[in-house]
Amino acid sequence: MRLRALTAQAKVELLMTLRRGENVVVTLVIPLGVLLFFGKVDKLTNLKDPVAFLVPGTLALAVMAAAMVSLGIATGYERRYGVLKRLGTTPLSRGGLLAAKTATVLVLEVLQAALIIAVGAALGWSVPVGVVPAIGLLLLGTVAFAGVGLLMAGTLRAEATLGLANGLFLVLLFLGGMAYPLDRLPGAMQAVAKALPAGALSESLRSVLDTGRHFATGEFLVLAAWAVVASMAAARYFRWEE
Amino acid sequence: MPADDDAALAISVSGLAKQYGTVRAVDDLSFDVRAGEVFGLLGPNGAGKTTTVEILEGYRQPDAGTVRVLGLDPWREGPRLRPQMGVMLQEGGLYPGLRPLELLRLFAAYYDDPDDPERLIDVVGLRDATRTVIRRLSGGQKQRLSLAAALIGRPRVVFLDEPTAGMDPHARASTWELVRTLRGAGTTILLTTHAMDEAEHLCDRVAIITGGHLAALGSPADLTRHAASDEVWFAAAAGIDCVALAAALSLAPLLVVEERPGEYLVRAAGTPALVADLACFLRDQNVMLAALQAGRRSLEEVFLQITAEADRA
Repeated sequence: MRLRALTAQAKVELLMTLRRGENVVVTLVIPLGVLLFFGKVDKLTNLKDPVAFLVPGTLALAVMAAAMVSLGIATGYERRYGVLKRLGTTPLSRGGLLAAKTATVLVLEVLQAALIIAVGAALGWSVPVGVVPAIGLLLLGTVAFAGVGLLMAGTLRAEATLGLANGLFLVLLFLGGMAYPLDRLPGAMQAVAKALPAGALSESLRSVLDTGRHFATGEFLVLAAWAVVASMAAARYFRWEE
Repeated sequence: MPADDDAALAISVSGLAKQYGTVRAVDDLSFDVRAGEVFGLLGPNGAGKTTTVEILEGYRQPDAGTVRVLGLDPWREGPRLRPQMGVMLQEGGLYPGLRPLELLRLFAAYYDDPDDPERLIDVVGLRDATRTVIRRLSGGQKQRLSLAAALIGRPRVVFLDEPTAGMDPHARASTWELVRTLRGAGTTILLTTHAMDEAEHLCDRVAIITGGHLAALGSPADLTRHAASDEVWFAAAAGIDCVALAAALSLAPLLVVEERPGEYLVRAAGTPALVADLACFLRDQNVMLAALQAGRRSLEEVFLQITAEADRA
């Protein structure tokens, strides 16, 4: 693999990501908005320490936006416009393209996390102990959501991916334990929410970032299952042409 | 086959077959392209041209047959072939959100010894469009950028799938010029086209394929010479008296027809005597001759005849 091709590809992917206004809204503005709004208007969450709840939640939301919505929609349109097919005839291998896309998502997530942590700190959040396991969980969540995003991008029409990714983002924001605790939901809805990757990521993240809590093994297993199944399905069913 | 013959072949296709579901897109197709040649693949829509090109590019796996490009199997040896190959898709293949130079610089990074993006932008005449994002370029401008992207890696072999579709006459002429320049530099070019004048002016040899089969193969001059015709076609003012003309040419009245206003077909061999009689008739009528074709069919006529015969078969 030639490094020059990889870095050029990753740079262009990042440039295009930041150039799309709607993408900046979904990956940066919405997670920060949720953190600020629910953090300042704490009657809505009605928690003892809303910021300690919201920082892990919005980190999970940011990962979902970057890995599922942004990556999925961009890749879906690259497939639609024949870009993926054209790249397949260049010396940039499929592995190289995937590596460049991975690097782009990770750079975007670092930027998101830095902003969320900065805003969280301004609201009184102090960086807790479980940083390393939290990074591991965020990476696992990235694999799970990227799998879902690429599965849509590689199997559906670009417009369908656009609609579905945005729809899922909204549903999982409500059912993901991100802005308010899952136990505020009705019982049946709670059961569904617990099987979804969004709630699994935000809850397991909270369990390592909140001091004095046990590791959320059940949520971790749900998240790991999504990571394995979604990425395998994406690899299996992805079609390079629409 | 002796070794130097092998070396002189840039592309060889033998017994190629590809099926999609129940549709045989390519069926026992064989042809060779010599190094440094401009080779045209002609055929009606659905003849299997694009499928053949995609197999040569290593994008699709053949069901049967052998394919070699620069001596390599495109499907299995893609990593060795792709650095030496340039591709222009029939449509698409460009990031809509980038500007032309950004795209060319990105593609240049894929190759070891790329051409200069700034130079290629001038070569394809897109200097005025460098500030425009690709999604706002016209169809013809996108085609020219796509062509530049195909050439950025200084390829030894280039695949152009309908390169001039959607181009205005000026862009088309400069694209032809570029293809001739590439051939002059020893690049092998395989192109598909619907435009018979393009094939006639540009290609050293053409293959006409219909229904996935090879129907004819040779230089445009060969194909048209063998199809010597017993017809004379000419263009002049509309409304010439065809019966009078037939009499002047000593032919039965029905052998002269006005096919379209101002375009006439004489169903007889274009002998010197007949052409002289035709000229005399036009002089007597004081009619200007706009065009005359005798003795040889255009590639377009040959193409239509061959594809029609294949359809009947």
